[in-house]
Amino acid sequence: MVASVLGVPSHAVTVDCRRMGGAFGGKETQANLFACLAAVVAKRTGRAAKLRPDRDDDMLITGKRHDFVVDYQVGFDGAGRICGTAMTFAARCGFSADLSGPVTDRALFHADNCYYYEAALLASLPCRTNTVSNTAFRGFGGPQGMLAGERVIEEIAFALGRDPLDVRKLNFYGTAERNITPYHQTIEDNVGLALVEQLEAQSDYRARRAAIREANRTSPIIKRGIALTPVKFGISFTATFYNQAGALVHVYTDGSIHLNHGGTEMGQGLYVKVAQVVAEEFQVDLARVRITATTTGKVPNTSATAASSGSDLNGMAALAAARTIKHRLIDFAAEHWGVPRDQVVFLPGRVRVGNQEIPFPELIRAAYMARISLSSTGYYRTPDIHWDRAAGRGRPFYYYAFGAAVSEVAIDTLTGESKVLRVDILHDVGRSLNPAIDRGQIEGGFVQGMGWLTSEELWWDEAGRLKTHAPSTYKIPACSDRPAIFNVELFEGAPNREATIYRSKAVGEPPLMLAISVLHALSDAIASVADYRLCPRLDPPATPEKILTTIERLRGLVDGQAAEAAE
Amino acid sequence: MALREQVRFLLGDQPRQLGPLDPTMTVLDYLRLIERRIGTKEGCNEGDCGACTVVLGRIEQGRLRYQAVNACIQLVGMLDGCQLLTVEDLAGPDGGLHPVQAALVAQHASQCGFCTPGFVMSLFALYQAGNTQDEARIDEALAGNLCRCTGYAPIVAAAQAMRTPGAEPDRFQAAEAETITRLAALADDATLCLHGDGRRFLAPASLGALAELLLAEPEACLVAGATDVGLWITKQLRQPDPVIWLGRVAELKQLALTGTELSIGATVTYTDALAQLEALAPDLGVLLRRLGGEQVRNAGTIGGNIANGSPIGDSPPALIALGARLVLRRGQERRELPLEEYFLAYGKQDRRPGEFVERIRLPKPAPDLAFRAYKVAKRFDQDITAVLGAFALRVVAGQVAEVRLAYGGMAATPKRARHAEAALLGQPWDEAAVATAIAALPEDFAPITDMRASAAYRMQVAGNLLRRLHLETTDPAALTRLVPARSAAHG
Repeated sequence: MVASVLGVPSHAVTVDCRRMGGAFGGKETQANLFACLAAVVAKRTGRAAKLRPDRDDDMLITGKRHDFVVDYQVGFDGAGRICGTAMTFAARCGFSADLSGPVTDRALFHADNCYYYEAALLASLPCRTNTVSNTAFRGFGGPQGMLAGERVIEEIAFALGRDPLDVRKLNFYGTAERNITPYHQTIEDNVGLALVEQLEAQSDYRARRAAIREANRTSPIIKRGIALTPVKFGISFTATFYNQAGALVHVYTDGSIHLNHGGTEMGQGLYVKVAQVVAEEFQVDLARVRITATTTGKVPNTSATAASSGSDLNGMAALAAARTIKHRLIDFAAEHWGVPRDQVVFLPGRVRVGNQEIPFPELIRAAYMARISLSSTGYYRTPDIHWDRAAGRGRPFYYYAFGAAVSEVAIDTLTGESKVLRVDILHDVGRSLNPAIDRGQIEGGFVQGMGWLTSEELWWDEAGRLKTHAPSTYKIPACSDRPAIFNVELFEGAPNREATIYRSKAVGEPPLMLAISVLHALSDAIASVADYRLCPRLDPPATPEKILTTIERLRGLVDGQAAEAAE
Repeated sequence: MALREQVRFLLGDQPRQLGPLDPTMTVLDYLRLIERRIGTKEGCNEGDCGACTVVLGRIEQGRLRYQAVNACIQLVGMLDGCQLLTVEDLAGPDGGLHPVQAALVAQHASQCGFCTPGFVMSLFALYQAGNTQDEARIDEALAGNLCRCTGYAPIVAAAQAMRTPGAEPDRFQAAEAETITRLAALADDATLCLHGDGRRFLAPASLGALAELLLAEPEACLVAGATDVGLWITKQLRQPDPVIWLGRVAELKQLALTGTELSIGATVTYTDALAQLEALAPDLGVLLRRLGGEQVRNAGTIGGNIANGSPIGDSPPALIALGARLVLRRGQERRELPLEEYFLAYGKQDRRPGEFVERIRLPKPAPDLAFRAYKVAKRFDQDITAVLGAFALRVVAGQVAEVRLAYGGMAATPKRARHAEAALLGQPWDEAAVATAIAALPEDFAPITDMRASAAYRMQVAGNLLRRLHLETTDPAALTRLVPARSAAHG
């Protein structure tokens, strides 16, 4: 972008990124504007230029998550099994295409969530609008698609008077049959149903649901609700060519290691995870590995750190670079000390060569003296994926990440205010690279998703001006909004079936969608005012006003039915 | 009147004496642009996100008291006589982490890290105020710090783990006596007069000096906690001149309880008023705990909340419902009026040139007066109100003998619902009377639609809050609130 604005070749521009933050989306493209403006100023004046918009200007100028209007039709049998569904996803894209194409594609890829659609007609309708250009935000259309799929389940449950969880389980993808997605990918790693059943049991969902319904009968103002929703998220860029990464590893003569790769750090712990991979390969302490700012001067042509693929791609690229050096070291040690290659073994902080153990720095020093190259690039591309967009057919995702959450909420039927009381999460990260980081992604993603679906509202006035453009008016969750009881567990014993980095799974985006359980729990609480006979059709964000309006609508419908019955 | 032309304070343990200086420069700009202390972050520049949180130390009753404030909306002149601590001050001389920082690291409580310095400082203030395991207190202390990454759980865990019982005093506690001596040496009676850029920041040190100064500068912009005026400066780019800061006037900080009333000096902060107000009427405590974040409550004042006349200020409706009166002073003259009469129209108050709010007189509620305050907003903590209903009700022999219904967010000023009150007065306190009062509300209010709520929602909630009042006063066992009050049962 900067190169094309300045009219110079890409080699004349170096982009450095030490870290970024904020987690309001837009990182994939929205910095371009500011980078280009600063570059123009720098070139024009010959001086360093920095551009830092005020928060209000930033929130007005940059794009946000696409909002969708979804039309859905579903046919189902008497048990609640889906026979076929047709959905249209109209998205507010804003004034430019930006990433709206792939975002609306991913909405379609996730309209099934965890459910088998025997027949499906899914269409996206990306709408150009005279508003800010919407963009990438954690989940990238996936959450919006999944919301539609879950609404369909809810409608079926209300139509049949069943627990939505039963309808969910009935429609779950199978493992041997009923396991083909609308885009013709066979789901080979379905741990979803097992995970849901484990969570259902350990969260005591059934008994709590019954107790809540009983308690609501005698509570005139405060009503509680509960819901369990699952998540299945496809991992890989759907634009297949993005699924590649590079890394650069240098080992210095004192045994310290410098690591650089194409992924950027935004608080998700990517730098630590990739450094762990290198430390693990060389069997050295993590402190020995120094990871430096992401820069196009060291690793070129990088894909966005997006699609939850950061550690999958860059971890493997770093592994490849480390292995190249390690193989050179093994070759060198075998020859230098006259032992077979298989007698060179990397142990913590040292290397066993035949019968002697050599500290890692000493081995490095010796290799250097023997003129062994101690620097290497590494490269990785995700295998076995392909996607024919025109045909709507292929294997766009290398694998799926699963998870599920049970949320319990309370609402105030006088004002529509709500509170999340308890959340139980069970989430699949394969074999975790770093449980503390993964847990942080799950908890943080959940709370971020909760904000998206409840208190965060974009509001335009009649003149089309966005009026919620700062923390004072755009209300993200605060500390006391976190669930009072928050039980988070990693799903154990399910390493990734695919040969990902140490059999781990991506964790960046999927947990955001666990918060769909909050929306459905709110809906369950609202449904109590109509004796659970009407689907509330609660649309996010479930602000107090939205909840109160929904309550009033249901009450109006009940009154209308009663009047009809009386006639 | 003696004048001093430089502001004096401690930055960490270093003395600072500044002036001439842009008189409306914020503490955040001072730290980042002049001191190059860039650990303090700018997130929103309006006191909502807490990324700029710093800690101020002041002498109070012979002890050093540390409080968190938002550097983005504090003016440098307001540092006079304080110790200012930033995240750079916390690590020890050997670089060792402060226990607050160590706890955050151990709990994995930082992801992208931009909010972290602010959390560190808020937790540091909590650490200095004494340890707590109480999650509700921790939520309160952190309500003014937003984190977009972690979901907060590890930060709360760090707050609970940051201090081990019986731990040695940290170096700030160990240096308390010395710091007090150094700060005491900065105090004087001279009026602070910071010049710069052709504008002035004035801070008299006594009530007499203030009254006199305002006669000379009747159009001055009065600043107490700067939690509102600070935004005029950062968001509207206004340059008020002169600014008169009230923070050095000890007489205005007095809070005095007599047998019949609580007298609240104009610059008593929300934090300092909380305990006394909560003792008088528990719902006042519930309300004030939700006003702003801790940083705003530490700086903002009840007097300022009134004086600026915001239609959505949280304390005026509550104080109006309780029958508060306002004492205004100009020179040596004082006048007094019922609080509700102070608010004339949107942005217009009954304050004459040269006049200032001296104190608020809050009568002690009669034992049989029921008081309730209900704040409704999109978010429970630290959100600007959509609708606030504050109600005082006395029922004698089943009939409404006294009633004041005051609302915020329903009109251009905080306002009583006179028609609804009339519908209730003298009537039996029952559902029918409540319905009549609700039906009268449209005669009292024509609320607006904005980003906080629609007009229809506001009107409906205004009525529903009366239903809650009825239920709470007739069926005390009914569960009526999502978040039960922390304090003792309601009167």
